[in-house]
Amino acid sequence: MTPVLPDGPQLDEAAGRLVRPYTVSDGRTRATSHFTLVTTVRATGARTQGVFGLEHAQVLALCEQPVSVAEVAARMQVPAAVVKVLLSDLAEGGAVVAGDTRPAPTDHSARPDRDLLEAIRDGLLKRL
Amino acid sequence: MASSNDCDPLPADVLPVGVKVLIAGGFGVGKTTFVNALSEIEPLSTEEMLTAVSAATDRLDGVENKATTTVALDFGRITLSPSHVLYLFGTPGQERFWFMWDELSEGALGAVVLADTRRLEHSFAAVDFFERRGIPFVVAVNEFDGAHRYRGEEVRTALDLRQEVPVVLCDARVQVSGIRVLLDLVQHLITTRSSHGSDTDQPTVRA
Repeated sequence: MTPVLPDGPQLDEAAGRLVRPYTVSDGRTRATSHFTLVTTVRATGARTQGVFGLEHAQVLALCEQPVSVAEVAARMQVPAAVVKVLLSDLAEGGAVVAGDTRPAPTDHSARPDRDLLEAIRDGLLKRL
Repeated sequence: MASSNDCDPLPADVLPVGVKVLIAGGFGVGKTTFVNALSEIEPLSTEEMLTAVSAATDRLDGVENKATTTVALDFGRITLSPSHVLYLFGTPGQERFWFMWDELSEGALGAVVLADTRRLEHSFAAVDFFERRGIPFVVAVNEFDGAHRYRGEEVRTALDLRQEVPVVLCDARVQVSGIRVLLDLVQHLITTRSSHGSDTDQPTVRA
């Protein structure tokens, strides 16, 4: 199920991570699109426009099936903030689509809608 | 029937909605066990970069002392349906990471505060945090072997919980037990939503 990374995470047992994490995002820590840890992403299969590096290819390989931002980050072993930047690049180039990318409500008085809660409840009940 | 260009991006609305629930409680209370028992994948760990306002009060020229740090977050996944996926994020148990709960709790549906009756005071911080932020939560008493069994009401009193906060018993090692805790949380969310969701007593029919 899980795609194998082309080159595996760039780790060395003795030295740790060989490439400093923010190097792969050109030092950027701000994604241009709003991705949360639980945003679902998927590669579109469209040919990408723009110049992408190895890490972009790794992200694409990991999201051939719908997958969360957190899972992509965990499997690449880079901070989620870096993956968000890479995903933003790919989304802008049309290579990746994201699910719900609305900013999460910061105010908890904005309650989740009842349909969502009931769908979650029904899904959990099937697991009993 | 007319097939379009096979490079058409797939519509975003077919992607499942990810929902986040936090699993909190003091160190050693069973958060990792709880997530492991429920997750359909081997629990993963991701690093999230977070901003911490330094506790130091030294300020030069009004420059605020902010620092970013990365913290490892463990999480698990439960696919509920083709359109809904639930993610369980364990909150770091150490006090020095509490600053990050704000960012972690952003967008979270709610929280489960695990409690160990032998060390109830370890769960005070989590209870306090979610109460102050208005984040709905349930308290799940993890029934460790050999621990004295308390009634839910005794735990409620000891933790000084408001009456509407559900207190349930669970065994963090058992999947069905964890699912029941999550169901209690979702039911709590549905109940509080219908009791506070409208300014009038009339049930709201339309969205």
